[in-house]
Amino acid sequence: MPPLQLTGQVLDVRRAGMYTVLSLTAPGLAERTRPGHFLNIGIGGEESALLLRRAFAIYQVQSRGVYGGSVDIVIGVHGQGTRWLAERRRHDNLSIVGPLGRPFTLPKNPANCILIGGGYGTAPLFMLADQLRERGCRVDVIAGAATEEKLFGTLEIKRAASTLTVTTDDGSMGTQGRVTDVLDDVITRSAADVIYACGPMGMLSAVAAVAAARGVYAQCSVEEAMACGIGVCMTCVMPVIGDDGITRMLRSCVDGPVFRGDQVRWSEVGTIPPDTLGAPTGGH
Amino acid sequence: MSRALFSSGPMDHLAMLPAVDMSTSIGVFQTPAPVFTASGCAAAGKELDQFFDITQLGGIVTKSVMLAPRSGRATPRMAETPSGMLNSIGLQGPGIDSFIEHDLAWLRQRGARIVVSIAGSSVDEYSKLAAKLRSVEGVSAIEVNISCPNVEERGQVFACDPVAASNVIQAVRRNSDLKTPIIAKLSPDVTNIVTIASAVERAGADALAVINTTLGMVIDLDTMRPALGGITGGLSGPAIRPIAVRCVWQIHQALPNLPILGMGGIRNGQDALQFILAGASAVSVGTVTFHDPSAPLRVQQELELALAERGFTALRDAIGYGHRSPDLPEIHEELE
Repeated sequence: MPPLQLTGQVLDVRRAGMYTVLSLTAPGLAERTRPGHFLNIGIGGEESALLLRRAFAIYQVQSRGVYGGSVDIVIGVHGQGTRWLAERRRHDNLSIVGPLGRPFTLPKNPANCILIGGGYGTAPLFMLADQLRERGCRVDVIAGAATEEKLFGTLEIKRAASTLTVTTDDGSMGTQGRVTDVLDDVITRSAADVIYACGPMGMLSAVAAVAAARGVYAQCSVEEAMACGIGVCMTCVMPVIGDDGITRMLRSCVDGPVFRGDQVRWSEVGTIPPDTLGAPTGGH
Repeated sequence: MSRALFSSGPMDHLAMLPAVDMSTSIGVFQTPAPVFTASGCAAAGKELDQFFDITQLGGIVTKSVMLAPRSGRATPRMAETPSGMLNSIGLQGPGIDSFIEHDLAWLRQRGARIVVSIAGSSVDEYSKLAAKLRSVEGVSAIEVNISCPNVEERGQVFACDPVAASNVIQAVRRNSDLKTPIIAKLSPDVTNIVTIASAVERAGADALAVINTTLGMVIDLDTMRPALGGITGGLSGPAIRPIAVRCVWQIHQALPNLPILGMGGIRNGQDALQFILAGASAVSVGTVTFHDPSAPLRVQQELELALAERGFTALRDAIGYGHRSPDLPEIHEELE
């Protein structure tokens, strides 16, 4: 189904630690959304000087209710655009385009799954956890962040998980360290078949490396700066190895944001690897 | 023609206004509608077709394609700027053969009017691209993007030099079907854009696309280095609209018979009308598509409304209307 372009009204704004959760009316969106999809929102109204839409992982969707469907997103304030969004109030209207991107792939048969979220990268994992459990999958969750206040939804996700392991860089909650410091143990303990991860590039890169070393299939949802989110501007590209073994600069908005961990050339993100299709030939 | 577009909502009052003939032409290319996508802002149409019926536009101008597949530049490729953005994509694309086989085939099957934008790093590459397109059906016009960086001129741009620009246009003209109009895409980064426009007209251009992005730069204050992987990038969006309108005005004044596809920061119908009044025969909606994926068709609907509100019954009557002689004072006296 094609994405929708619609005007959503703010139903609720609530703080969650250092994040803001925005609920918006979005008729028709829930029916189209699968875990890992994202949406983008216009900033500053029709005459805004901030032209580029901001992308957010879809956190929750409701298909029914008095509003005929709604969607929740989690906002971390990083700049002018996200600050404006976090300042919205009930009844404000926002331009929404979504659902966008290629979502997570769910296993056909019950499998043991580890879900890893870095910071508010946990946002798309709630819907994923619910759907995996409906399919009879075992779900173990690892949530990591720099500090306790940068974690999102750890209490809530516990309900959907067999186990929850929390890591913080400063030890303010859970195990002190990175998600990959505990990942090996969780893989062993849960006899994991699949890893799903969403968070900063550095974390995804480290997770993909552990998954590869342990022979576990990994799906990673990436964060790349996007201008359009719909596949026309070519700004959000990353070097990704195709099934044919050829590396191409793929758009993270339409070919992702979910990529196979073993297909992204993580250490070369931000570059054009020399063997990429159409890479500049020597001399310039 | 597009009365059906105004079936509901805020446009209802247009029913009170007479219909506007929105047809226009770019050389021998006749089109029932005047709004196009802009190259590099619409890929090859497929993505935008999810948001609106692309066959209702004047045409789809595809992303500039080169002879061979091209990876483009390293990221970051964009930086947001006030009412605009910088990009340094580096002409990422599949190469002309794959483009013809997949993208062009899809557009043709979809029934869209197609303007293929080509880019080369040498005159020879442009010749080969034109020759490849010669045997392809369904190409309404060819946009020759001479405003991209190239190798032969050591980082200069063909469109910044009248001789280099003419050489490319001549080569494309020689290698393409005479029935296919050639649109030369010009850069605003020149001292006198009329000089370039005149040169490419003499070299055989049937029309001009005005303007491409203007070169800009942003420094990231966290890294204290250039924000873009390509260091400099092309500035686009409403921030450059006054520059674009000025370029269209100057060219139309000097060469009133040369059709212009006007573009640069068009956000709504009123913006589009400025370009038409300045002398553009048609317009492209580019960067604003990133803000509103249905912008091209919306702008076309709003342009019809803006024309009707001003008493125009045909878009053609408004082309260059801003250049007419000053109104005679007697007329005002009569009105009083």
